[in-house]
Amino acid sequence: MKPRQKRLVFVAAGVVGIGIAATLVLFAFQQNMMFFFSPSQVAAKEAPVAKAFRLGGMVKEGSMQRVADGLTVAFTVTDNAEEVTVMYTGILPDLFKEGQGVVAQGKLDGAGVFIADEVLAKHDETYMPPEVAKALEQGKAAAAMQNVNQTTVIP
Amino acid sequence: MVPEIGHFALIIALCLAVVQTVLPIAGAGLGKASWMATARPVAQGQFVFVALSFACLTYAFLNNDYSVLYAVSHSNSQLPTLYKVSGVWGGHEGSLLLWVLMLNVWTVAVAWFSRHLDQATVARVIGVMGFVAIGFHLFMLLTSNPFERIPMQPDGRDLNPLLQDPGLAIHPPMLYMGYVGFSVAFAFAIAALLGGKVDAAWARWSRPWTTAAWVFLTAGIALGSWWAYYELGWGGWWFWDPVENASFMPWLIGTALMHSLAVTDKRGTFRNWTILLALMAFSLSLLGTFLVRSGVLVSVHAFANDPERGSFILAFLAIVIIVSLVLYAWRAPKVGFGGDFELFSRESLLLMGNVMLTATCGAVLLGTIYPIAHQWLTGANLSVGKPWFDMFFAILMAPVILMMGVGPLVRWKQGNPSEIARRLVPAFVAAIVAALVLPFVMGGWRWVVPVGLFLAFWIFSSSLTNLVTRLQSMSGNDSLGAKMLKQPRHYWGMLLAHCGVGIFILGVTFVEGYDQEKDVRMDIGDTLVMNDYVFRFDGTIRVQGPNYRADQGAITVSKDGQPFVVLRPEKRIYNVQQNPMTEAAIESGFFSQLYVALGEPLGGSAWSVRVYYKPFVTWIWSGCAIMALGGMLAMSDRRYRVARRAAQETAHGAALEASR
Repeated sequence: MKPRQKRLVFVAAGVVGIGIAATLVLFAFQQNMMFFFSPSQVAAKEAPVAKAFRLGGMVKEGSMQRVADGLTVAFTVTDNAEEVTVMYTGILPDLFKEGQGVVAQGKLDGAGVFIADEVLAKHDETYMPPEVAKALEQGKAAAAMQNVNQTTVIP
Repeated sequence: MVPEIGHFALIIALCLAVVQTVLPIAGAGLGKASWMATARPVAQGQFVFVALSFACLTYAFLNNDYSVLYAVSHSNSQLPTLYKVSGVWGGHEGSLLLWVLMLNVWTVAVAWFSRHLDQATVARVIGVMGFVAIGFHLFMLLTSNPFERIPMQPDGRDLNPLLQDPGLAIHPPMLYMGYVGFSVAFAFAIAALLGGKVDAAWARWSRPWTTAAWVFLTAGIALGSWWAYYELGWGGWWFWDPVENASFMPWLIGTALMHSLAVTDKRGTFRNWTILLALMAFSLSLLGTFLVRSGVLVSVHAFANDPERGSFILAFLAIVIIVSLVLYAWRAPKVGFGGDFELFSRESLLLMGNVMLTATCGAVLLGTIYPIAHQWLTGANLSVGKPWFDMFFAILMAPVILMMGVGPLVRWKQGNPSEIARRLVPAFVAAIVAALVLPFVMGGWRWVVPVGLFLAFWIFSSSLTNLVTRLQSMSGNDSLGAKMLKQPRHYWGMLLAHCGVGIFILGVTFVEGYDQEKDVRMDIGDTLVMNDYVFRFDGTIRVQGPNYRADQGAITVSKDGQPFVVLRPEKRIYNVQQNPMTEAAIESGFFSQLYVALGEPLGGSAWSVRVYYKPFVTWIWSGCAIMALGGMLAMSDRRYRVARRAAQETAHGAALEASR
């Protein structure tokens, strides 16, 4: 082969190789994307049922309970409008607290309970994950709307 | 008073940075020697003022000056002295000051060690580094002044307890030395584009600097990973957290750059590719800074931030990338690629490795940036899981590791495939045997184990083949030892760094294949059996630390019925912030590590306890340390010093010629 042809083969092989790798990587990327939902979105059935996602909001005051084995906890995540019950087996992060922001990663079961395999809490006293802050804000707005509706309907 | 001096010193440093950029670069363009001659003294002056500013901030911390907002937010009078010092870079503003200080250290080092370079190149390199300094000075002075005053507070709000750790005290300086170190390679690349000359001599000058930056970055990333492992207590050593990725992307490109520079140095080819990598490495360092400092990320490192900061650094990043790419597009054709080589040659293997490393970096970038872009475009939040990163990284890196074994054996320009194959057969067989036998010794088969073992042993056996071949090809009747001593340091450095990768892979493979993790409820006297070890919980006691109180557990570990060690993990409450903090207890052996952490009290004397058995986990960080050592060895090779002396002599000779 002439040098020119050789280079062509070289480049073509490179392009094909990278193309295959890129396709595989992008395909897998699609499969591995994990979306974030707030309790309101879960209540509105926007969240997938069998697929893993992230749930964020506030841990409701007084909602944390330990199940008999001592390691499984149940708590309620709220955005001040809707609530989702979360079950988690394992050790909670240090900064997990009632009344504080939390992000849980896992799946919904048939009964609408969120089975978390990972619970993330913030690492800094003053820091609130932006998506949690946003979810809470939207939840508050939704709750305010509900109140307005109720007061107008009752009389 | 002292904070104002610090603030003022920063302003002076900014002015000097402007001078350092404008005069030398303009002088180099116009051929004015007197303008170019300002580069060194002005750069040294800037260093002095930045160092003074840094000293003033450190003074505010050590002296408990709680009228400085930054000290109030990141220190406390009870804080041990070590953490008062490391608290200086424990937050956004101070870490930027550290960044600029590091940049100045590098600039002064370049000014110092570049006496042998021609004046125009030195002027351009120092000028470009001055430009980078301007950006960061402005960033600090306009959006993040570390010296901002508030009415005197009774005490500080304390350093985040997670950061009160010796590992974290040295992690940021190391990492920043690496990040900022790529600014030297960047400046050399820009200077070469401006001057229009990229040759072997240029590559030889750039090489030790690039390797030095890479060594620091390797050490910095490894320290960060180690810290996350023992301090965050999730049992993992790498999470593909966006901030980890931000430091890993420049590392990948930096690794490619080191190898590409070697080709430009030895063969004079890959020229425009080398330049592009140098531009990319530093742009990615800036991107990392943007990601970490702008608050667009959800991460351990993300600070609550105002958006102004993000837009400033994004604008600076855009300027640097656009200017350097435009310059590249304009000048790269003149630089050219360089000499030709055959399909099977050391050049082509190095090029393939380079492309793979760049592709890997691209994939990491995709996984890091996509969620942010998606949120901006659609408002929906998403994240990309660790399994995806793990998968593509393994797929893209495996061929690189295979080539790592072959490349150093192949001749430049044109290799002989059948000869190489013959030479490598024993190495290949040895790696296969090790990969198939060892899993049975360890007692358990998972597909990841033989694959990982094969790659690791392939590096060891092919490196050995390389050494043997090299020694055999040496003529003369020297003894083996004498022949080995004759090998240059950059060769040993290469072998050592490659074997470091092998040791790293061994560590990863064994941890992935055989680690055990258990969360259990334990009351006094309860036991847990894991591998050959029995863990017995003996309850907790109250202990008092310098600025915290803690519940300290006692867990007695016995092996084969014999007492082995008592582990004392703690659950700390720091006095100021009142948040609980887990301090794991770790017993490290050569082959494995036992890791115990306290969860929460479960009523009575019972606690939830986390117990890990991590085989070979320390090999992960040891492997990185060996890579860094290899880099240091290569950097210290005498050919860089000889080259310098030779250049000096030529310059001296030319001067003599001219004076006649």
